[in-house]
Amino acid sequence: MIKLFSVKEKQERERRENAENTKQGVKKASASELRLQKDISELNLPKQIKIAFPDGPNKLNRFDIIVSPDEGYYKGGKFSFAFNMPDSYPHDPPKVKCESPRPVYHPNIDLEGNVCLNILREDWNPVLTISSVVFGLQFLFLDPNPDDPLNKDAAKVLTSDPKQFQANVRRSLSGCYIGNTYFPPCR
Amino acid sequence: MYEGGRWEDVDLVLRREGASALTGPGFEASSELVPFLRSDCRILVIGAGGLGCELLKDLALLGFGNIEVIDMDTIDVSNLNRQFLFRMKDVGQPKAVVAASRIQERVEGCTVVPHFGRIEDKPAEFYRGFHIIVLGLDSVEARAWINETACSFLEHDEEGNVDLSTVKPLVDGGTEGFKGHARVILPGITPCFACTMWLFPPQTKFPLCTLAETPRTPVHCIEWAHLIKWPKDNEMEEFDVDNVDHLGWCHREATERAKEFGIEGVTLQLVQGVVKNIIPAIASTNAIVAAACATEVLKTATMCSAGMDNYMMFMGGEGIYTHTVKYERDECCPVCSPGIFLTVQSSVTLGDLIKRISVHPKALGKVERPSVSHGTDNLYMQGPLEEATRPNLSKTLGDLLGGTGQKALAVNDKRLPRTLRVTLSVVP
Ligand SMILES: [Zn+2]
Repeated sequence: MIKLFSVKEKQERERRENAENTKQGVKKASASELRLQKDISELNLPKQIKIAFPDGPNKLNRFDIIVSPDEGYYKGGKFSFAFNMPDSYPHDPPKVKCESPRPVYHPNIDLEGNVCLNILREDWNPVLTISSVVFGLQFLFLDPNPDDPLNKDAAKVLTSDPKQFQANVRRSLSGCYIGNTYFPPCR
Repeated sequence: MYEGGRWEDVDLVLRREGASALTGPGFEASSELVPFLRSDCRILVIGAGGLGCELLKDLALLGFGNIEVIDMDTIDVSNLNRQFLFRMKDVGQPKAVVAASRIQERVEGCTVVPHFGRIEDKPAEFYRGFHIIVLGLDSVEARAWINETACSFLEHDEEGNVDLSTVKPLVDGGTEGFKGHARVILPGITPCFACTMWLFPPQTKFPLCTLAETPRTPVHCIEWAHLIKWPKDNEMEEFDVDNVDHLGWCHREATERAKEFGIEGVTLQLVQGVVKNIIPAIASTNAIVAAACATEVLKTATMCSAGMDNYMMFMGGEGIYTHTVKYERDECCPVCSPGIFLTVQSSVTLGDLIKRISVHPKALGKVERPSVSHGTDNLYMQGPLEEATRPNLSKTLGDLLGGTGQKALAVNDKRLPRTLRVTLSVVP
């Protein structure tokens, strides 16, 4: 049996000096920060995807992912997503929003930048990583999915007339009105 | 004749030799245990909700005389059905404050000190001061946070053996409807919360497109109002789950949407439950789980019987079923494992340190292209931050780590299943 407390010991045990040193100076990383360090160090991005840390290399819980597709409907575009990692990551998924251009003409992204990607919600699971989400985003531009629409109009066009959809996307990349909505150009 | 009053029975167990029918093997009764329980043993209860009320009552009645309680919530009318320390007139008051004074009124000789606030706002030293920390929480994040704090006190010797005097026991209770669990975490000895993270699967989230296009249930309508309509209509303001106006707005919007899709059942109560993520609480489940936890606190404090090893699940849905499982520690747990120990001079460069880590027997073959962090300082990172952190490789540890002493590093490598802890003793 493990005896943890000495009953006679009324004073808190004097802590050892080195324990003090460990606590001083540096901010201890939380479990979510530890996991982010692992995720980011293992992130291997293809040339179409860039990452930026606006608050420097020691603040990993906020960063931008920039996707520049080199094939598919969205070839030549440039799309920036803001990643906000909750303190409960990886128990909960990252919060991802398309920041630029906004709005973007895409069946699975609504006019506020919300993204319909299964692993960001119903299929999230803590063994998934930032890498899984980034590749999910890349896939969204290669293969937009009209069956899970967040922009119903775009999804309808993609299903009924893919050529028209392609033309709409092309125009939207340099800025245009589609219906009543203005889609600003990619920056 | 012993006049033990309220605590006579439990005192007899602790004081009297030969009560061994009631105690575990190896237990030595002692006249010092009772005063230890009554005044020296400091217990912290985290959470003064459904479980917390039960825990405080049970611990006070077991004879713990020196209790503190922390909770950030205030009392809501809907709490009164099961959080029995609270009355109608207490609505709006901090739970911790009311619970503490109720216990003190009823159980003479028991001191309960309340703390109204977030657990994260207290310094680590606050938590170090308690002998045992008891958790009556409903949030995974809060459990993970307190687990990390308790594990951060843990120290090992150079061979990786646990220094028992640094073990901060946690007794954790949780309930979800008719289900519940009680567990004892002795950091470094039994699995910590992070070792068995898989016990808490993430909550299922509905696909955004379902919410946006094909709602079928009242919950879908509420989630739509909360997650999609709110950010669209209120770009500047974050939704606040405790703001009555925000909840009312959400209720109106969800009701309208439900009408549009012919869905029934949106109520303000449901709105509150969904946006605050409230799991229905059953008072009797709370009582059972809290009783199991309080018993473990008594056993851990006095060693009067063998403690639970180490996770009891309770299923009260169909019949009553409990089972105690001995989960194993994750030897590579980044939160509670000792990792590897190295003594280095402060003039050694980070690049040289990395070479030394990679030939350590515990890391050999698993560390080829490591990344090294010191707390939140990312000293050297593979991947997209490689270029930005590369200049650090030629800097000395004295410069990078802020002088000499013991330093805790986190090492990642694609070949390591989890983060490796490295404890450095940096000498001049
Ligand atoms: Zn652990």
